Amino acid sequence: MTNSWIDIKNTDCCLIIGSNAAEHHPICFKWVLKAKEERGAKIIHVDPKFSRTSARSDYHVPLRSGTDIAFMGGMIKYILDKELYFKEYVNDYTNASYLVNPEFRFNDGVFSGYDPKTRIYDKKTWQFQRDADGKVKRDPSLKDPNCVMQLMKKHYSRYDLGKVSSITGVSQANLLKVYEQYAATGKRDKAGTILYALGWTQHTVGVQNIRTSGIIQLLLGNTGIAGGGVNALRGEPNVQGTTDHAILYNVLPGYLPIPRANLQTLADYNKATTPTTKLPESVNWWQNRPKYMTSLLKAYFGDKATKENDFGYNWLAKGDMAKSEREGDYSPIYLYEKMAKGEIKGGSIWAHNPAQSIPNSTNIRQALTNLDFLYIAEVHQNETTDFWHGPGMDPKKIKTEVFLFPSCHRVEKEGSISSSQRMIAWHYQATKPRGDSKSMGQIMVEIMNEVKDLYEDEGGVHKEPIVNLNWYKKYDAEKVSRRINGYFTSGDKKGKQLSGLADFAADGSTASLLWLMAGSITEEDGNKLKRTSLEQTPLQKQTGIFPNYAWVWPMNRWILYNRASVDKNGQPWDPSRTVIRWDGAKWEGDVPDGAQPPVSKSGGKNPFIMLADGLGQLYGTGLVDGPFPEHYEPTETPVSNHGFSRQLTSPCSKINPTDLIARPADPKYPIVLTTYSLTEHWCGGSETRMVASLLEAEPQLYVEMSHELAKEKGIKNGDPVILESMRGKVEAVAMVTVRIVPFNIQGKTVHLVGMPFAFGWTKKGIGDATNRLTLYTGDPNTSIPEYKACCVNITKADKNKLTELSYVDLNANAGGHHE
Amino acid sequence: MSKTFFVDTSRCTACRGCQVACKEWQGFGANYTKQLDWGSHQNPPDLNALNFKIVRFNEFKTKERVIWNFFPDQCRHCTEPPCKLAADGNVKGAVVVDKDTGAVIFTEKTKKISKEGFLMMKEYCPYDIPRRNEKTGIINKCDMCLERIEAGLVPMCVKTCPTGAMNFGERSKMLALALGRLGEVKLEFPEASLLDQDSVRVIYLITHNRKQYHNLASLDKSEKNRSLA
Repeated sequence: MTNSWIDIKNTDCCLIIGSNAAEHHPICFKWVLKAKEERGAKIIHVDPKFSRTSARSDYHVPLRSGTDIAFMGGMIKYILDKELYFKEYVNDYTNASYLVNPEFRFNDGVFSGYDPKTRIYDKKTWQFQRDADGKVKRDPSLKDPNCVMQLMKKHYSRYDLGKVSSITGVSQANLLKVYEQYAATGKRDKAGTILYALGWTQHTVGVQNIRTSGIIQLLLGNTGIAGGGVNALRGEPNVQGTTDHAILYNVLPGYLPIPRANLQTLADYNKATTPTTKLPESVNWWQNRPKYMTSLLKAYFGDKATKENDFGYNWLAKGDMAKSEREGDYSPIYLYEKMAKGEIKGGSIWAHNPAQSIPNSTNIRQALTNLDFLYIAEVHQNETTDFWHGPGMDPKKIKTEVFLFPSCHRVEKEGSISSSQRMIAWHYQATKPRGDSKSMGQIMVEIMNEVKDLYEDEGGVHKEPIVNLNWYKKYDAEKVSRRINGYFTSGDKKGKQLSGLADFAADGSTASLLWLMAGSITEEDGNKLKRTSLEQTPLQKQTGIFPNYAWVWPMNRWILYNRASVDKNGQPWDPSRTVIRWDGAKWEGDVPDGAQPPVSKSGGKNPFIMLADGLGQLYGTGLVDGPFPEHYEPTETPVSNHGFSRQLTSPCSKINPTDLIARPADPKYPIVLTTYSLTEHWCGGSETRMVASLLEAEPQLYVEMSHELAKEKGIKNGDPVILESMRGKVEAVAMVTVRIVPFNIQGKTVHLVGMPFAFGWTKKGIGDATNRLTLYTGDPNTSIPEYKACCVNITKADKNKLTELSYVDLNANAGGHHE
Repeated sequence: MSKTFFVDTSRCTACRGCQVACKEWQGFGANYTKQLDWGSHQNPPDLNALNFKIVRFNEFKTKERVIWNFFPDQCRHCTEPPCKLAADGNVKGAVVVDKDTGAVIFTEKTKKISKEGFLMMKEYCPYDIPRRNEKTGIINKCDMCLERIEAGLVPMCVKTCPTGAMNFGERSKMLALALGRLGEVKLEFPEASLLDQDSVRVIYLITHNRKQYHNLASLDKSEKNRSLA
């Protein structure tokens, strides 16, 4: 989130889209209710299904899954046509005036530079025009046909109400209602916030979905202000911490890119990944990349990392260059494909249940049988730990040796946890681990110590990264957290904690496992993650900033890009919701995005400090699939054309060749399936299915469908049904509800159904993986799979032939009780 | 000095925190439940010996919109409890009222209440609350977490509720809160009302017509018990 949870109470209009905030962030949802009750904020919920979020919103707008760009594109057109954007903000803080290469083209759904063989864009024609000094050329009048504003207007001119309504299934009346209410936040004293989650990210156009909100929030002047922002509601299992610490294949901690094979030295890496700017008024924060990379290497390899050996840069694994959609992609899409071919000998899985949670689960389960060995650290046995005796598996025929390391539960260990608002708090051990279970940190430390000893005794291929690893004797969360903050490796402060970002150096004198956390555990103040004080200044109280409670990255700054909440002289657009304010000599309020003066003063800086020129990008060259979001249908779609262009689906999406994919508008699979989680179950469910009072509340796999679809198929509420896609079949109980409606798409009825994915075979009779239906086509920027849209059909099941659900005579009482 | 709950259903998101926290605090096991045939997330389907609190779901569709009403149901701790009247005729001391809080407490003595006596208690209760544990014979229901109150804490459901739907405190304060919220909520929901605030210690604010909730949301439905009030 660019803002905080508490800050939502400051908004005038909360657009919840691609999110079911009340169900998946039930505690933090109270701030949405406070906005409604205390400010009279409008709460708008746009989502395929009417959920518990919709019940508490002002109104719900049903939208066909996978058409969010059409919806938001229509809003962009509305804002531009009616000139409802915040002109001063757009002029001063965005790249609306930037001139783009006149060879840039967009033809029939595809941008210039596309290679259909590799499915990759050459972005040469997307770049900005530069003058002799290297500065980007601009047209402040915003009239030049090559300026960003004009290109944007041209791009979204196709997103008229008729086309948008026809493809999304949203009535024109509802479109206008949302557009009018949300665009009203473009005034200087109004704030609008956008909350999104996996309903947006889990698509082949996932990142471009989010880009639409970036564009709209910049146009309306909603980024950097109280009650505004682009707010990603992160996942329950500490997903914020996961991405910060890079439990992802394509980044190193702190969102540093992984080294690629063509970058053979640290200097090569730094040059390729460190942006430069010609603008003196731009902070260009990523110019500090070399400091963070060197400090990370020093933290990994300690004294063994020296200037002479490039700080151990070549001990890190490097990825292949991404020359085609699949090269250099080590995400599960291609990982499990390799595994299925027998190309992976073995490995480990930590706190993850791919046999349940990864699409095309049947293929995943089968792929695991090709491993020689697998070790898993888990709190409970689940579909992955026990894959070898799952349905259809004969353990005698499976060679995989599986080791299960019993992990203790979060409440049985201390450590930190990171929330969506970038707040990291400490949690303490509430009770001792049961039996022989240990924390995963301890398990990892012990294993690596053994591996290190073996390599030291016996040698081995490429042993340096292992024997040189700066490791631990015993796992201690506080100790690791101190290394995460960072420390000095030499000089008179050797061994002391870094006090903040300003302390970093690229010469090896600093070390840090995650640069963003610098300042969280310091010599002066100790472990700030443990703080619980509610002390705040009157100005901070106004917007709900609690600077003495736990700690927020970076540098305890609550609202990112807050320099955009003031005009060029440092005065708030809306004084009643002041985030920061320049008093003539310094800033007061939140931690400003840098202590430098406002941009109109000498030494002043632009607000978007993580971008090279410091200006918000309405048009951006950073993504692989286009500088502007464009509507493409999901990989499996009920339509054969969408009306915005003839490019039906994303030209860059990651395709797993082992996925069987239905053709567009396949009459065999006419129904759209979307999948989601539950309040009562966590993700794949392996932890929460073991909690009796939670399973009692949500006991079995169901499919939510409209009354109209049920009538069409002769299905009654409570009937067991079979859902089928090109990839598999799943048994579920029918839940017929008014909360799902048929969509009118291009004049035809398209049905949508929804299913949770928390029910797996290790708990008998409750159903098995929904993800046997979904497909592993992924977003080209992130490789995240398209969980939210695929095509299925549905039939009534014979209740005497069920194998996954235990079907009980509904007339009998629900008696009996289990522990 | 008496205590009262104020349940503001306009803030309820049906997260089931209260339902689960209640039984976890009481140390109860779970029922073996199924996805039933009424298309609802409500599970277990009804209050029972192992669930003192159930979130009830009711969904409707009007011309303009879908309505989904949530009702975290529990014993009302009536100011003049009809269940006590029924029980006193069967086993004295089976149902008692705590004088400090006004909590209506079912004691161990309920074991001795006959089958007919139990049916009478159920019939007298306008909200269909009393349930018998078939294994132990004890009749039970929400006990206002009396132990917690005596330790200076709030009931478990109130502690857990994240949105402020569940409120608890001195009766006069809760009544004032309820009336205040009613005024605010009525601006958005003209049919909003408080349920039987004068005769119960668990005052519900509902946003829609009583008919759009489950059967026994209000005293109105049980004409025959009016004479007991």
